[in-house]
Amino acid sequence: MGIGGFIARRALLTIPVFFGVTFLTFFISHVAVPNPVLAWAGEKASPQTLQAIAAEYHLKAPLYLQYYYYMSGLFEGNWGVSPVVHLPVLQLIETYFPATIELSIAALILSLVIGLPIGVLSALWSGRRLDYPIRVLYLTGIASPPFLVALGFQLVFAYYFRILPSQGQLSPSLAPPAHITGMYIVDSLLTHNWPDLVSSVRHIILPATALSIITFPIVSRITRSSMLDTLQKDYVRTAKSKGLPSSVVTFRHALRNALTSTITVIGFALELLLSGTIVIESIFFWPGIGEFTATSILSLDFPSIMGVTVVYTLVVIVTNLVVDVAYGLLDPRVRIQ
Amino acid sequence: MSTEAEAGMDESRAESLKLFLNLARSNPLYVFGLFFTVVYLGYSLVAGIDPAITGFNPLHTNVDLQLLPPSLRYPFGTDDVGRNLFLEVLYGAPIDAGASVAIVLFSFTVGLLSGSIAGYFGGWVDEVIMRVTDIFLAFPGLVLAVAVAAALGPGLLNAIFAIAVVWWPVYTRLARGETLTVKEQQYITAAKAAGVGRARLVVDHVLPNVVVPMVAYATADFGNVIILFSVLGFLGLGAQPPHSDLGRIIYDGLNYIQFAPWYPILPGLTIFVIVLAFAFLGDLVRDFLDPRTRR
Repeated sequence: MGIGGFIARRALLTIPVFFGVTFLTFFISHVAVPNPVLAWAGEKASPQTLQAIAAEYHLKAPLYLQYYYYMSGLFEGNWGVSPVVHLPVLQLIETYFPATIELSIAALILSLVIGLPIGVLSALWSGRRLDYPIRVLYLTGIASPPFLVALGFQLVFAYYFRILPSQGQLSPSLAPPAHITGMYIVDSLLTHNWPDLVSSVRHIILPATALSIITFPIVSRITRSSMLDTLQKDYVRTAKSKGLPSSVVTFRHALRNALTSTITVIGFALELLLSGTIVIESIFFWPGIGEFTATSILSLDFPSIMGVTVVYTLVVIVTNLVVDVAYGLLDPRVRIQ
Repeated sequence: MSTEAEAGMDESRAESLKLFLNLARSNPLYVFGLFFTVVYLGYSLVAGIDPAITGFNPLHTNVDLQLLPPSLRYPFGTDDVGRNLFLEVLYGAPIDAGASVAIVLFSFTVGLLSGSIAGYFGGWVDEVIMRVTDIFLAFPGLVLAVAVAAALGPGLLNAIFAIAVVWWPVYTRLARGETLTVKEQQYITAAKAAGVGRARLVVDHVLPNVVVPMVAYATADFGNVIILFSVLGFLGLGAQPPHSDLGRIIYDGLNYIQFAPWYPILPGLTIFVIVLAFAFLGDLVRDFLDPRTRR
């Protein structure tokens, strides 16, 4: 099958998933909720507001009509209005989205930078003594609740040594860079705004590292097992017996092929990172969707919570699509299945 | 005849218990994992039946004792209203244990039933069950749990339900995969040839072999559930004060990280140790159930 056919078929597969997912969010927000009108209107709504909200979201209509209105609202960008800040949910999400993407990408890069070498080294040293501390590091990453790492970093680096800022995205004394992408590091680079660049890089270090602790163990475990697998392959033995230096065999022959399975784990890692942003952003007051979610939970801002759920899930679906396509491009065997 | 068979069964049971304990003793981490989890779950059971046993009264506050650092008398220090944090943790930890046991049991049961049905019958039954699990798996776990918990309202039972909703699909996949493998084994064909009925075939021959790897997975999975449950508590969606679970205690201590770091950090380390113990227990159970991984 050609590349185009493969991509098209994989993309078509996401359509039923999309409808299934939105059906579930509809079910949660319209059927499972004990009192939908109160949930959408907010706790403090007056009787008049309740009536207006019930009419606006068609909450008194038959369920199949409610589903129709819900879906057309999703497609038309009408995701409801936050009863707490009185702004359209989609507009709020657009405001907070870039900061979360910036943080997640930084954390993803960090977990690859930490996880890949650990995985490769522990595969090369498997069974030897140095495998042991690597295993301890891995277990520590797995067993740490995300808030513990974040609080520990904040305590040590921001309050004890005072070398990095404890919260926010930018020093309060600086004006944010001109809005291009909404990501401060990218925008300050594009506009050559060096003070903003330094400040935003300093601010992202702690939250991004804390976030990467969630995912680097997964990256290193997958890299380790696929590296161990590849090192057993016949072509690696052939390369060795040809007399190639072991570094060439390790990196050019084995690692390159082992990395394809690391790519498949990136989709899963990004899913975990996005979940993690809810905790990490609220601890570091990072002005992204995660912190927005946490504050929406506390203020019982139901339309915002449902909007955020849809956005997070769409990002995950799209990422998995991209990862699968990339995997198919790298490994032609996948395309046939 | 039957008593003889039973005696043989008892003997093999005693033997596997001996093997299990020997295996546990072979590694100090296994000893820690087994000992700690047994004590923790046993204590949680007792404290769940009678919370007064902890000697902690969540409503008793004393402003003179606010935010004291850890000492012999207050091993974890005190919180913002002068309560003994160590006792508060002892009071909250059983909530986490109970919730996680409930979530894992629920997911295990639902997963085992739906997964083995999907794998055994195949065809459109399989197709329907697996497409539904795909939809649940498309969500980031925590995000779906937050949406469900927010829809139902904050509270312990709703948090347990919200995580259970998110958690079962992995078990379904696992059970389905194992069933597909078991189905093709020769002893199943042999049993079929011997004229064993369909129901007995499933109950006596398929399920036991599907359950074993699932138990190994579930043991290791406890830690993940405890972390996710504590995150929901941390976000204010878990047990409500004054009966705070561990995540909620940490959330309450968040603002004191700079001047009373023990308040959020020590309960957080408690979760870390619990999860670590379950991870070691999971390794031990896996080694025990799967002889191939024994070294």
